[in-house]
Amino acid sequence: MNSPVEESVNPNGSTTGLGHVVGDSVDVSHGPILYLDDITVSFDGFKALNRLTITVDAGELRCVIGPNGAGKTTMMDVITGKTRPDEGTAFFGQTIDLTRLTEPQIAHAGIGRKFQKPTVFENHTVFENLELAMKADKRVFASIRARRTAEEIDSIVETMETIDLLPQADLAAGLLSHGQKQWLEIGMLLMQEPQLLLLDEPVAGMTDEETAKTAQLFKSLAGKRSIVVVEHDMEFISEIAATVTVLHEGAVLAEGSMDVVQSDERVIEVYLGR
Amino acid sequence: MQAVLKEGVARAANGDAPDTSASGIGEGEIAVPHTIPIQYAPKTDPLLSPVGWTVLAIFALITLVIVPGLFVFVPEESPFHVSAYTVTLLGKIMCYCIVAVAMNLIWGYAGILSLGHGVFFALGGYAFGMYLMRQIGRDGQYQSDLPDFMVFLDWKEYPWQWAFTDHFLWAVLLVILVPGVLAFVFGFFAFRSRIKGVYFSIITQAMTFAFMLLFFRNETGFGGNNGFTDFKRILGFPITEPPMRATLFALSAAALIGSALLSRYLIRSKTGRILTAIRDSESRLMFSGYNPLGYKLFVWTLSAVICGIAGALYVPQVGIINPSEMSPANSIEIAVWVAVGGRGTIVGPILGASAVNGAKSFFTQSFPEYWLFFLGSLFILVTLFMPKGIVGVAAQVRKALRKERMSEQSG
Repeated sequence: MNSPVEESVNPNGSTTGLGHVVGDSVDVSHGPILYLDDITVSFDGFKALNRLTITVDAGELRCVIGPNGAGKTTMMDVITGKTRPDEGTAFFGQTIDLTRLTEPQIAHAGIGRKFQKPTVFENHTVFENLELAMKADKRVFASIRARRTAEEIDSIVETMETIDLLPQADLAAGLLSHGQKQWLEIGMLLMQEPQLLLLDEPVAGMTDEETAKTAQLFKSLAGKRSIVVVEHDMEFISEIAATVTVLHEGAVLAEGSMDVVQSDERVIEVYLGR
Repeated sequence: MQAVLKEGVARAANGDAPDTSASGIGEGEIAVPHTIPIQYAPKTDPLLSPVGWTVLAIFALITLVIVPGLFVFVPEESPFHVSAYTVTLLGKIMCYCIVAVAMNLIWGYAGILSLGHGVFFALGGYAFGMYLMRQIGRDGQYQSDLPDFMVFLDWKEYPWQWAFTDHFLWAVLLVILVPGVLAFVFGFFAFRSRIKGVYFSIITQAMTFAFMLLFFRNETGFGGNNGFTDFKRILGFPITEPPMRATLFALSAAALIGSALLSRYLIRSKTGRILTAIRDSESRLMFSGYNPLGYKLFVWTLSAVICGIAGALYVPQVGIINPSEMSPANSIEIAVWVAVGGRGTIVGPILGASAVNGAKSFFTQSFPEYWLFFLGSLFILVTLFMPKGIVGVAAQVRKALRKERMSEQSG
């Protein structure tokens, strides 16, 4: 699985320092969009990730569960460039070496991330939040010259409809409810048009109704985009009917459909049984 | 979708949603889901409101026409005459206002507190000061081609850093280049290493202190602790005559108007929204695909260049530049001006710099020993009671009145 990947040369490895490289489109010709192989991350001797190996296929909707401290968030940090692994390889598609890119470069290459705590620009309106996230030339001088085109406004309005925030378009994001902020952040990811979405507890703090709608949204995206969801809400996970990966102590404990995972003895012991 | 929206309204009405009254947005504005606008148009923000343009026009009229006119053309006996002292004081304060506008750009919007902006101001002043020294010609104490301090040090020729400074245009270029290049290099390494918050403030303090020590040394070639003074002329015109003073005054006003409009233009653009996003949530911005380094470096360098220009206008008006301009306390004072006026607004820093410096010139004349006590208590009081500065007071008063009314109604 990894040998051809490891040897391939990454065209985006060089950086310009100030701007960021507009990456080639992601090569998913072999199926998987994300390869993590033998990733180890230690913090002062504690192994947050211990030889983690995980593969996500293009268009797949994958759930990652596990007890606290299992390494779920650290895994996302490695994928998005926030944390560098001590060992192992992380590839996006066939050619993009994630361990050599910065956070903005990875975002540009097509990975969007939603944080555990909803993180939006609180002093900007809903519209402006989505506008900032929108796929565009994100370098300084392009931003000074940037003018909103009708198509851009349309696509922002469309996203606001998708996330039910059109009536709040001109409201400062800091005034939204917790669930609405979660949605706004998901909307910002959609504006980025990423190939891979990483969602850290996207339905935390949502009402049942909002959760159901979010599940619907994710299901509608599956196939077009690849999604990795970290969640504790088992009902939500069975609703989106994804492949489930169980992390434990920084490594994969079990992987498979919800039924398979739920009947796994070890999973019951470390996670579900409590 | 309707059900969810209705629920959102119910929650807002129950007060479950965040406190909307605090920001002056009423509940009615949330509760409009039944009339979803099909055609949504984003709000467009004009460069200045009609009131803003009016204020600007009045300010321009006063500073570009009335004051210079009354100073130059009205005879001294007339009650309408504006004295040279007033013109110099106002010109000086306008230079400080430019610095405050520059400081606000980096601190008020991008949230990066620099406590070293005095160094850019002083470097701009020194760059133009070299030209002013050259313009003295042989009219100095020693009647030499070299400035007096070089004769005193027994130097025979100009050191390398003085090359071409007898050309006005080169001096003007230096005013922009020297602070700009220093800020760019310093900022590149600081921002690339992701130095933030108080750590950044501390290293900027260290930077201005280091430059002060450097400029105190005679070997540096900038006049040591005496700096530059005793200027005679600019472009051959005598510097102390009313026409030149009026010109410098008007140029300062024009530079202030220009820098305020430029920062307003920038803040209105997408770049401005990105700068405030850096202040509010830098990591969200990075994961959205922006590299904050370029944005920080751009606004930091621009801010330094504006400070340099202010310094270059300041030096010929006050007639002296020396290393004390780079003392750490000076840079802290700049931050105080912006905090007092209200950061994150266009007029706030200008009001703050004017108010504090107006008070300063009053205190240092009437009660010189109390000035620093006043400044210190001002900073504490503003931080405690006026977190949004002078411009925030109006909103604070409105809010307090509304609270009072509401408690009257309920009680």
